[in-house]
Amino acid sequence: MSDLINEYKDVLPEPILNEVKSEIEKRKLTKDKMKEVLEKIKEEYETALVDPGEAIGIITAESFGEPSTQMTLNVKHFAGVAEMNVTLGLPRLIEIFDATKNPSTPAMEVYLKKEYAKDAKVVRKIAYKLKETKLKDVASEFLIDIAKLSVRVVIDKTKLKDLGMSETELVAVLSAGLRNIQVRSTKEGITLKGKEMALNETYTLKEKAKNTFISGVKKVTHVLPVKRGGEFVILTAGSNMKDVFEIKEVDSSRVMSNDIHEIANVLGIEAARQAIINEASKVINNQGLDVDNRHIMLISDAMTSQGAIRGITRTGLTGEKESVFARASFETPIKHLINAAMTGEKDRLNSVIENVILNQPVPLGTGLPDLIVAVNGALSKKKNERIN
Amino acid sequence: MTDVYLDERYVGKVENAEDFIKKIVEDRRAEKIPNTLNIHYNEEFDEVTIDTSNGRARRPLVIVRDGKSLLTKEHVEKIKKDEISWDDLIKQGVIEYLDAAEEENTFVALEEKDLTNEHTHMEIAPITILGLTTSLVPYGNFDAASKLNGGSKNQKHALGIYVTNFLLRMDTDVSILHYPQKPLVKSFMHDISSYDTHPSGQNVVIAEMCYDGYNMEDAIVVNKSSIERGMSRSTYFRPYNAEELRYSGGLIDEIGMPDKEIKGYRSEDDYKLLESDGVVYPGAKVKANDVIIGKTSPPRFLGEMEEFSFAANVRRESSVVIRQGEGGVVDMVVVTENGEGNKLVQVRLRDERVPEVGDKFTSRHGQKGVIGLTIGQVDLPFSGGGVVPDILHSPHSIPSRMTVSHMIEILAGKAGALNGKEIDGSTFDAEPERNLRDTLFENGFRDSGMETMYNGITGERYKVRIYIGNMYYLKLKHMVANKLHARASGRIQLLTRQPIEGRSKGGGLRLGEMEKDCFVAHGASLLLKERFDSDKTIIHICESCGMLAINDLFRKRQYCTRCGDNVEITPIELSYAFKLLLDELRSLGIHPKLVLRSKY
Repeated sequence: MSDLINEYKDVLPEPILNEVKSEIEKRKLTKDKMKEVLEKIKEEYETALVDPGEAIGIITAESFGEPSTQMTLNVKHFAGVAEMNVTLGLPRLIEIFDATKNPSTPAMEVYLKKEYAKDAKVVRKIAYKLKETKLKDVASEFLIDIAKLSVRVVIDKTKLKDLGMSETELVAVLSAGLRNIQVRSTKEGITLKGKEMALNETYTLKEKAKNTFISGVKKVTHVLPVKRGGEFVILTAGSNMKDVFEIKEVDSSRVMSNDIHEIANVLGIEAARQAIINEASKVINNQGLDVDNRHIMLISDAMTSQGAIRGITRTGLTGEKESVFARASFETPIKHLINAAMTGEKDRLNSVIENVILNQPVPLGTGLPDLIVAVNGALSKKKNERIN
Repeated sequence: MTDVYLDERYVGKVENAEDFIKKIVEDRRAEKIPNTLNIHYNEEFDEVTIDTSNGRARRPLVIVRDGKSLLTKEHVEKIKKDEISWDDLIKQGVIEYLDAAEEENTFVALEEKDLTNEHTHMEIAPITILGLTTSLVPYGNFDAASKLNGGSKNQKHALGIYVTNFLLRMDTDVSILHYPQKPLVKSFMHDISSYDTHPSGQNVVIAEMCYDGYNMEDAIVVNKSSIERGMSRSTYFRPYNAEELRYSGGLIDEIGMPDKEIKGYRSEDDYKLLESDGVVYPGAKVKANDVIIGKTSPPRFLGEMEEFSFAANVRRESSVVIRQGEGGVVDMVVVTENGEGNKLVQVRLRDERVPEVGDKFTSRHGQKGVIGLTIGQVDLPFSGGGVVPDILHSPHSIPSRMTVSHMIEILAGKAGALNGKEIDGSTFDAEPERNLRDTLFENGFRDSGMETMYNGITGERYKVRIYIGNMYYLKLKHMVANKLHARASGRIQLLTRQPIEGRSKGGGLRLGEMEKDCFVAHGASLLLKERFDSDKTIIHICESCGMLAINDLFRKRQYCTRCGDNVEITPIELSYAFKLLLDELRSLGIHPKLVLRSKY
């Protein structure tokens, strides 16, 4: 039996063969029947394949373009109180396909290790630990002592307690965060004093102190624990996977971010490819539209095939097209034409858009096949490509 | 202390803003200060703004004191008897006008029964939330706001009698509906606006049913026999103008029978409609490209040409001809003078428009659609009583749009027709649906509004009952006769050699960027090329330098201006637009070379 299946190894993909294998085993078919089944599957598989010369790129573009005209232009969307505010719809789709470096609403879904994910209290504590906390978040007052030229920070003790931090710890963090500043704990709070400071410098120190990082994960501005299927998940606004992985309670294998560049940096390009697919389908599904997954995969593959993320912009994917005319027809035509002239670029007219511009048959569909004829006589002597 | 601003200007402070505003408002109501003043307390900024400027939208509200409306029954009685007027109510401080800002500080009740002690004002009537056209939609309170909007928007495009002196006017692109009727189902606004004197629709019998797919996608099937009896006919008017313009050098256009010597003289036959003064006679039947005003203009270029050429000195033909796709009867001819004292001739064309496939119609509920089929009454379904509908409207247009008012109007129209009464369909205050159904029942009809009907072609009874009734239908000004356009070949642009744009100039229909993408997506490569062949050219290329060569047909010689005639010159076929692009690149200082490769 396995011989027969091995015969089809080069014809059918492995997952299909495995499925066939298990089905055949269940049904106990004769060899002839098995052959018949495999032949039928092969036939079906081959008709399902994309034909040579099929314009998959344009079909993908149209498959996205048409439904996106129906998308409601709602940028912000609140799905109940318990969810985070995330950019969705057309703006998000543009963000994904342009591979914007700074997405407007980066967010993470932080899953926790089993032992921490059950108890709401524990989860809330972890959530506090995740949230980026600045001095102003735990302070109730900032005062400038003009006589001593120092800044006095009155600490809200309950907030500090929520963070699970003692005042001595806070002092230590602050002295590390504020360089060349003397940090002392007093009865009335924490005093900050620099060496030989003028009054205006004291004021700058006060402002600087307000935004001094004291605990949590940087960039994570909001946290929200949510119950999902029996366990708690922490949703965050702001994404910083690398630092979240460091936290011991976090199940790093399941942490998700919507920042594709970050995923590419932290987890690698394959993860980024899948992230693009996930994020794009999230938008499409959220709008109640239906785009075949293969279209999304094609775009994702095209964007990540070179090992780094390239957006569909003139600086990304489109800008790397071979043809001068193809690039010029997208954006900033004059720039492309002049640069091409300076470097003496050649356009071999191999792709679609150039041939439309020249009004020649495009090398797709019916325009793809060529007739090869042996020519005798005068024409045969004509050399190819005279000018160089 | 609160800041006070008068017309955006700071004027001072007051101790107690609330008392201050109260005093101002009381003074205004007592007519001590003009009632065009509005005052507003802005809580956010703790400031009082007083506005007396012009251009603010203000609306009247009834003043409420201690939970009681100041507008009493006596007032209403007196108004009915014409003893007091609206202005008196304002003078007495019963009604006041508020602007958007002052309304922020008020608490307005919709109806008298809603009044509490906290209310400061009351709406004159709930209907005031609607505007003029929106209140023309009957049973509007049964609709989604978007459909109400659509319904009123459509009515603005309806044909009717837009002015009664239309015969004396020279309006562009206007129509008059023949035999307009006042609606069977109307609202208070029809009375207020004297709708009866200038109605813009007709009461028709409408059935909610499909007819072999001819009324799918919002189309309607119209009874041809009804059309032949005059339903929804209209007359279209368009003026044509000619002016004797003055040019430099004392030259002037001349309106009159063109002389045979002039440049561009058509033929004697072309001027046959003109009378001796060069203008058509009223009553003449004209069609596209007919000359209706004969006119000649002085030669275009003067100066050097004048001395050498005799031909250049001849006047040019510049007659006014009927536009492409238009025609009709000359309705009126006016010979007059314009503001600058130039002779002006205006010819008004009249064209009777019989409803045809593609003309747009609508009910008053945003249910617009075009005619998909006109068919004789013999082929249309008929009811048990022998009634044949004028219009078949598709039931598929109803559920997703939820225009319940559309359905109720059919019911109301039917009840009104049976009783010979106009039904009041005013939004919020209409004849109740129950009464309509009772009326139908009393007249021997099903109270559901449905009737058993028979297939007009086979005579078979339909298995389902059909919802049928009377409804006010409007013909809209978008008629196919003004929009139909097609072309095979025609004029092209000078620069790109591509077809020109626009129906009036007989232009082409653009196969745009996205349409091109569709061809590519289908892999129809050669078809795409053929579609874009409208500007194809053959250019000769010098294979040695890759630039345009010269093909001298006269001397039967091909040569390159740079490489001479001892080089290979090859003709190639491509779009003229690309040749133009190459020329433009050259003008940029870029030297694009065409490298040719043998196809074989």
